[in-house]
Amino acid sequence: MTARIVLHDADITRALRRIAHEVLESRRGDGRLVFLGIPTRGTVLAERIQRIVDEIEPGTSSVGSLDITLYRDDLARTPTRAPAPTRIPDEGIDDAIVVLVDDVLYSGRTVRAALDALADHGRPRAVRLAVLVDRGHRELPIRADFVGKNLPSSMSERVSVRLADVDGVEEVTIEP
Amino acid sequence: MKHLLSTRDLDRATAVSILDIAEDMARTADREVRKLPTLRGKTVVNLFFEDSTRTRLSFESAAKRLSADVITFSAKGSSVSKGESLKDTAQTLQAMGADAIVVRHHGSGAAHLLAHAGWIDAHVLNAGDGTHEHPTQALLDAFTMRQRRYGADSRERDLAGMRVVIVGDVVHSRVARSNVWLLSTLGAEVHLVAPRTLLPSGVETWPVTVHEHLEPALALGPDVVMMLRIQQERMHAAFFPSGREYAREWGLTAERFALLGPDTMVMHPGPMNRGLEISSAAADSSASTVLAQVTNGVFIRMAVLYLLVAGSSEERA
Amino acid sequence: MTGLLIRGATLLGETREDIRIRGGRIAATGRLTPELDERVIDADGLVALPGLVDLHTHLREPGGEASETVLTGTRAAAAGGFTAVFAMANTSPVADTAGVVEQVHALGLQHGYATVRPIGAVTVGLEGERLSEIGAMARSRASVRVFSDDGRCVHDALLMRRALEYVATFDGVIAQHAQEPRLTEGAQMNEGALSGELGLAGWPAVAEESIIARDVLLAQHTGARLHVCHLSTAGSVEVIRWAKARGIAVTAEVTPHHLLLTEDLARGYDARFKVNPPLRRDDDVRALREALADGTIDIVATDHAPHPAEAKECTWAEAAFGMVGLESAVPVLQTTMIETGMLGWEDLARVMSSAPAAIGRLDGYADPLTEGAPANVTLVDPAARRTWSTDDLRGRSRNTPYTGVELAGTIVATVHGGVATVLDGDLRPADEVVAAWAGLREDARG
Repeated sequence: MTARIVLHDADITRALRRIAHEVLESRRGDGRLVFLGIPTRGTVLAERIQRIVDEIEPGTSSVGSLDITLYRDDLARTPTRAPAPTRIPDEGIDDAIVVLVDDVLYSGRTVRAALDALADHGRPRAVRLAVLVDRGHRELPIRADFVGKNLPSSMSERVSVRLADVDGVEEVTIEP
Repeated sequence: MKHLLSTRDLDRATAVSILDIAEDMARTADREVRKLPTLRGKTVVNLFFEDSTRTRLSFESAAKRLSADVITFSAKGSSVSKGESLKDTAQTLQAMGADAIVVRHHGSGAAHLLAHAGWIDAHVLNAGDGTHEHPTQALLDAFTMRQRRYGADSRERDLAGMRVVIVGDVVHSRVARSNVWLLSTLGAEVHLVAPRTLLPSGVETWPVTVHEHLEPALALGPDVVMMLRIQQERMHAAFFPSGREYAREWGLTAERFALLGPDTMVMHPGPMNRGLEISSAAADSSASTVLAQVTNGVFIRMAVLYLLVAGSSEERA
Repeated sequence: MTGLLIRGATLLGETREDIRIRGGRIAATGRLTPELDERVIDADGLVALPGLVDLHTHLREPGGEASETVLTGTRAAAAGGFTAVFAMANTSPVADTAGVVEQVHALGLQHGYATVRPIGAVTVGLEGERLSEIGAMARSRASVRVFSDDGRCVHDALLMRRALEYVATFDGVIAQHAQEPRLTEGAQMNEGALSGELGLAGWPAVAEESIIARDVLLAQHTGARLHVCHLSTAGSVEVIRWAKARGIAVTAEVTPHHLLLTEDLARGYDARFKVNPPLRRDDDVRALREALADGTIDIVATDHAPHPAEAKECTWAEAAFGMVGLESAVPVLQTTMIETGMLGWEDLARVMSSAPAAIGRLDGYADPLTEGAPANVTLVDPAARRTWSTDDLRGRSRNTPYTGVELAGTIVATVHGGVATVLDGDLRPADEVVAAWAGLREDARG
């Protein structure tokens, strides 16, 4: 059984561009935007979205990464992994609109950990969530504000996001 | 990692990853909230058969920053001094639900024994065993060297090309042993300086260059000079004639310190004997990393506790 | 049952013969027909050795009954094929008076598993200061001939000289535990690269060799006999070889564990491998085997040193020195010396029976397995192999270093003075052994 491609590289680029526009539209007033990607692929996506936002409205946003390894609730059930770096822009996140960016939204536990981690770094005015793919099956009351593609899936299926900067190819696949 | 018993068992990749995780831990120190929830619900026991306030506080602080529950068990005045064995003590602590035991003991191999005798299945972290090893001290020393050398660009780097001179009572020093193995694994060039009475047997098989006198080693232009603590009582066992003679021959006097290059770090595991192995001129200079070592000790211990305790127990031993 | 007939044993590994035992003695050898009142032991494929003699056993009684007693220790000895053991003096109270040595001797007679010959302390309380009552012990019912402060060295040169001279008066011998005390303060294991790495204080070879060198010169000077306990280094072998070439009356022993094990075992800090003198290097093991083969080392002695579990379940530095060794002695010797072709069974009989008996002035072992000799016989199955475990031990303590090691050979039967103490590889119950001895004495009277 083979993987089926659900998003090609052009689809991904289009989805990120749409998300960037939606983020800007949703920003009311002059709130500062901070895109924080969740490593590894969320960081790459956050950088790309912020680059588009910066082209449209230069100097109103910044980007960083937020590692959630030390906040996971499944630490005791998985092999220990090394945390990835957290980079918070110099201006900090206090009173900013933070947009968390991840590749796939699934159970919601990663986002829960990210919210906990974020709280230890400061107090944003608002926190939004942007994901490239929402595959459903939430275990927590969490939803995304900006979604590249809704991808109904079965729990036994495997959804993979590959990005050129990390994986050499750019695609989203689903396999049984 | 199931246990951290010695630096001799650490390969380069593991050692670098501990230092990198310590960088992440260090990063959390300047946040609004310093505490991490990582070890919530876990119990870390500090089992100290030897007095060592600074090491104990460092481990306590590391465990608390990770939200672990911390129990400190000092052997003095406890059932241990009434003849209870290491085995019984360890089993008692395990019965209290210890996930990890940080052990400091006067007997070489005590941590190894706790880890492998089959008495308990908690993670064991060696906080100094006799004259054998003190792995977290060496890790924090390596971390300090790397940070001074590379600053924000430290991540993923080893110590290749660094020249480290370790001076003093090597034979009785667990800090020296742990540093020799770790620093050479990380690619540093290690030199030992001591009178022959203070060198361990078989030192010629170690990955080091041995010098009997200090000047020739300092003339090599080391990046780091690490002074080991000298115990005054050693002179009674004929290791050297007197503190004065030791200071004159092997101490980092103000004159010798003045010969060092501007970027040379002066390290000491503490507590220092000023005027014996190290002069105040050296200890109080900007070259001294003594206080940075204390700060970094907490980050290294957080990193190691995270690696040992956070993961599932089914992973590689 | 009044007699035993051992059928088809290979005597000293050479000729196949039957052995008839009656009234505590060898009644006949050759091709024999079973008689009605005899118990027959089928010894097809087994090697018959003289009963083994251990010149260096710690029986721990009196004072150390938690580790071993005369009864449990002699049971371990019988299980290992021994019919006589010399019990070291470091008991509590120390065996430095006629009273203590007679008590230990009597306990041996009472239980009957093996002859117990107490060793007397050289100095009072093993303190190395004043000579103990050597004459009284020599003339006691225990007829002590071997004197030793084992566990400690008689390090004072003058005291050692006097002891050698004085003991000679009673045809005795000093068995020296050669360990220069100042060079070994706090010592934990062989001094070398490994001790440096493990952070355990080293026990340097020179601490043993320097004492042996001094003592052989003292033996030469006094003309007295000297026995050196548990040689452990290649250098010690050289000193003994030199002394023997000069005609000095010195004998030397090696333990089974020093013929097999090396210091590398300390790496895991498992205190079962902590022993005094310590396990040494490969080169030392090789030199000790060669010296035993060429006669430089005269005997094998076990230094059987039982300890309770808690004395070994602790950090290395806190643990007691010593290993048990009676049950495993023959298997270790077969593995290290016989199967390597360095010794034959006849040599093994010499180094584990006649030679130690001669050093200890123990009668009845000079001409064994011949008609009229006391019936001390050990049957070994050389084809057996087993992975050693604590289940193979018969004494009270469990501190064997061989757990998990495959060893060749097993003891099938032991006959002590005509009384079977081991049959079919198992110890006979204490009451049967006692009853058999009573029967023998009755026969002798009748």
